[in-house]
Amino acid sequence: MSLEIDNEVISKQYKPFISSILWFSILALTLVFIALRGKAPWLIDFPEEWVLPIVLVLNSFMDRIVEFSGEFFRGMSAALEIPMSAIRSLLSWLPWSVSFFILVSISFAASGWKLAVFTAVGVSYILGVGLWIETMNSLALVAVSVPLAVLIGFLIGTAGFLYPRAERAINLTLDALQTIPAFAYLLPILLLFGFGVVVGLIAGVLYAFPPMVRNTLLGLRRVPEEVIESGLMSGATEMQLFFKVRVPSAARQILLGVNQATLAAFSMVVIASIIGGSSDIGWEVLSEMRKARFGESLVAGIVIALMAMIMDRITAGFANRKPADDNFADKPFLIRHNYLLITVLGAVIIYIVSLMYPALQSWPKAFVFDLSGPLNDAIDYVIIEYANWIVLIKKWAFFYLMLPIKMGLEQVISPYSWGFQFTMPLKLAYGATALILVILAWLRGRQSSSVMIGLLTIILFFGLTRMPWPAILLVMTFLSWQLSGPKLALTVLAGLAYLLLSGIWPEALLSVYLCGIGVALSFAIGCSLGILASEFNAISRFLRPINDTLQTIPLFVLLIPFVMIFKIGEFTALLAIMAYAIVPATRYSEHGLRNVSHEAIEAAECMGCTRWQLLMRVKIPMALPEMMLGLNQTIMFGISMLVIAALVGTSGLGQMVYIGLGDGDFGVGMSAGVGMAVIAIIADRMTTAWSKKYEENIGGKIN
Amino acid sequence: MPNRNNNDIKLSCRNVWKIYGGSPTKYFDKKKLFINSDTLNVVKKLRDDGAIPAAVDVSFDVHEGEIFVIMGLSGSGKSTMVRCLSRLVEPSHGEILLGGEDLLKKSKSELIDIRRHKMGMVFQSFGLLPHLTVAENISFPLRLQGLSNKEKREKTSRVIELVGLEGRENSFPRQLSGGQQQRIGIARSLAVEPELWFLDEPFSALDPLIRRQMQDEFLRIQSSLKKSIVFITHDFLEALRIADRMMIMRDGMVVQIGTPAELIANPVDDYVAEFTRDVPLMRVLFAKDVMDDNIEVEENMQGVQSCDSVEDILAQLSKNTKGVVVFDDGKAIGVVTPKSVVCALSRNAEKVTTELPPNEVV
Ligand SMILES: Nc1ncnc2c1ncn2[C@@H]1O[C@H](COP(=O)(O)OP(=O)(O)O)[C@@H](O)[C@H]1O
Ligand SMILES: [Mg+2]
Repeated sequence: MSLEIDNEVISKQYKPFISSILWFSILALTLVFIALRGKAPWLIDFPEEWVLPIVLVLNSFMDRIVEFSGEFFRGMSAALEIPMSAIRSLLSWLPWSVSFFILVSISFAASGWKLAVFTAVGVSYILGVGLWIETMNSLALVAVSVPLAVLIGFLIGTAGFLYPRAERAINLTLDALQTIPAFAYLLPILLLFGFGVVVGLIAGVLYAFPPMVRNTLLGLRRVPEEVIESGLMSGATEMQLFFKVRVPSAARQILLGVNQATLAAFSMVVIASIIGGSSDIGWEVLSEMRKARFGESLVAGIVIALMAMIMDRITAGFANRKPADDNFADKPFLIRHNYLLITVLGAVIIYIVSLMYPALQSWPKAFVFDLSGPLNDAIDYVIIEYANWIVLIKKWAFFYLMLPIKMGLEQVISPYSWGFQFTMPLKLAYGATALILVILAWLRGRQSSSVMIGLLTIILFFGLTRMPWPAILLVMTFLSWQLSGPKLALTVLAGLAYLLLSGIWPEALLSVYLCGIGVALSFAIGCSLGILASEFNAISRFLRPINDTLQTIPLFVLLIPFVMIFKIGEFTALLAIMAYAIVPATRYSEHGLRNVSHEAIEAAECMGCTRWQLLMRVKIPMALPEMMLGLNQTIMFGISMLVIAALVGTSGLGQMVYIGLGDGDFGVGMSAGVGMAVIAIIADRMTTAWSKKYEENIGGKIN
Repeated sequence: MPNRNNNDIKLSCRNVWKIYGGSPTKYFDKKKLFINSDTLNVVKKLRDDGAIPAAVDVSFDVHEGEIFVIMGLSGSGKSTMVRCLSRLVEPSHGEILLGGEDLLKKSKSELIDIRRHKMGMVFQSFGLLPHLTVAENISFPLRLQGLSNKEKREKTSRVIELVGLEGRENSFPRQLSGGQQQRIGIARSLAVEPELWFLDEPFSALDPLIRRQMQDEFLRIQSSLKKSIVFITHDFLEALRIADRMMIMRDGMVVQIGTPAELIANPVDDYVAEFTRDVPLMRVLFAKDVMDDNIEVEENMQGVQSCDSVEDILAQLSKNTKGVVVFDDGKAIGVVTPKSVVCALSRNAEKVTTELPPNEVV
């Protein structure tokens, strides 16, 4: 017994030592690979002969499916076309005044005056800029896909609840569906269902039902045991128990599912107009953007943002609706719950009135304001006035940040870019400085920092995309082994092997590079914002609506302002990624910091901590696990934005998905889409393992 | 305590076992015990198997119109036991006789029928349906039975009045305080006019002041309804206030069954004695326990009820040092004087601290 303990102590003591020896061997090996790259180029570029014909297999697989069941899918497509076009014609036939009234009164029913006013202003804007028909066309897609998604999601969620065995399979499928980027969905749908509005519909349903399933499951599972027992003791049969006790008790969660499903469906509908677009609002944004008419594109983009916000608040309003106040039922009949009656009656009256006044039928042309003209002027003004700045920012970001990481200082430093030559003595000085830092860190007992510095200086010198793939495999596998163990290491290795063997390695590296910079910056900025927001309530109040909005509006819209100013290119994509990925970093860090136990804070204050010490020594260490969860989410957000950002010119997996989509090449698009999912999964597993390890090190979960 | 005979037994629990986890079928099934070694051995074997014996060979009777309290610390198997009685939890072995018929042999639909008409249950954290109003929550069991609106309304308003929730019918549970929410729970459980009334720590989630008030309320309701009650609590004082008879449980096993007075007088072991030690005698002794029946009743003396606690009559006693008259059913049965109180308290205090041989355990 005592012997065992001794062994453990010894291994604990020597473990960091042994592991850093291994780490430095890996680094040395990396340098050796790099030195050999002239003689053996295959160390950098994965040889094409080794690539498996995954694309071909995927394509022939898809061909088979189309061959065998194409009829079925086309039939389904035709069947869906009917309700689709019915709703579409209904919505465009309705006089705007009637739709306006209905939307406003639904908003009122959902959450009261404030939302009603917001909706009224939003809808007025849509009418005022003359995009009514486009908006109604998109709304029609949402109106059909959301109920379908909700129904399917509810049924599957219920099945998962009733049959725990099915649940695992359901969860796995949902995970896969949600990590594969939205664009990649479009491909098989396109091939199976053909072009047309139905593509948007199906994509919307497919993208929207997973959150519904999850929320249904969660809601049903969370009904308190005593509520169920009270139902049983009231003599409920199984059916009664389900429909009268479980489902109503889970209603809030289920309605939150509807909210998420609606937003998901809408963002997909917007994206889908890239392929199936027929005069809907997403198409409007994209086509104008392609023609470099940014004013028009922005005007339409704002419509999308407004629609998303209105839909979000209406559905969230219904989910969170509380009885107005005590003795609700004593209120007059009409106020109590017959919003529906008022809405229908009002709509009919307005319809009749509108028959007499054509101005109420279709929005008069005279009242359409062309915002795009002044907007274009404003944009032009900014671009010209600040041209120097814009160029400077772009150049700075390129030469001092993006290119070094992408291609390495070795190639980037030149008289043209940095103003001097990267001569041999300078290179040696760089190497020597790095070595000294590594040794210093090592001597101060910070082994992992020391390894980290070594790794980063190598990457910065040679460039991420020029790293030998065997070295990356080694580093990643060993790191994941250390974080969690052989299982994670195998998962990571398998994922990387897929990226190599399917021939998308270079694109994957490009994606990792762009997304990596975006995530690192977003995380740094987001955490700083989160810290500020947790310390100062005013900042928190200011940031919250911005974050809400950024999270609500379809990603696609985020691109517009950046493209306007910086034109297309990697830098614009980076900014778009950051705009989106900052949100979770801010949220999680603020939440984590604010939830640090009050007792710990009070104890620290009693010991005489200054505010700064309190933050650095108590709050941040205790909030770290949650902040790491934020990092995880930041990465996921970054990756999902990456595909969208491909629209404005990046070269990576996102672009490949897009190309596959354009050419109708299922194999290319799908292998790239799966590649992104693989990267997302690796990042997810590794950050989760890291935060778990941290929690274990500090002795279990805090808070 | 009135004499009991077997005819007025409402509910009878015979050798009930409930084991969570493990594979208890090795030891018994519903009908048969396979191992004839003594209980403690079986329990030990079960524990070694990783199973949790939550109810171990529990037997007791609940008489017609009686409040039977199950008392024990948390985790002692009280909730499990009361849930076995309604088959919310399926017992692993034993018999539960309701009006002479074994509840465990009933089919699903028979069980639903029994729950609809014969049983009511109140839960610790109320178990209310958040989406229904007070009135709808209370009439929920009636709605499940498909009663007509008129019938529903009549029965509902009757119990609403009983628990004093008039005027709050159309509020939602979350708009009410904890005490009022539990009134909804109580009203709901009584809406079907059950014969058997189960209450699982109904007042444990409430503030001490509210708790006391609810106990009084509960006793008032029971005095008019005379249900057969199984009442769960982990609070010994609450048990003393409420119980006609009580059962103390520990680790799933029955420790002692008896009236509160019997338990205080003759705790069967240290475990029970531990509970009784801190009992404030002034609260558990009643006027009838401390009166002197040899003193003449005088004209101008104030009166108290025989079941008022000593604590309750102290104030009156301090103002009337000559004594107060004790009435039972309107008849004067004796007089409490300061001296009689002191005598009675000292007598009982001795009884509690000296260990007497245990009485026969029921
Ligand atoms: N569903 C269950 N599964 C496993 N063990 C349980 C379950 N319910 C209760 N137990 C265990 O049975 C024992 C008795 O629990 P319970 O009847 O709730 O006690 P009480 O109500 O007296 O606090 C406890 O040890 C508890 O952990
Ligand atoms: Mg309990």
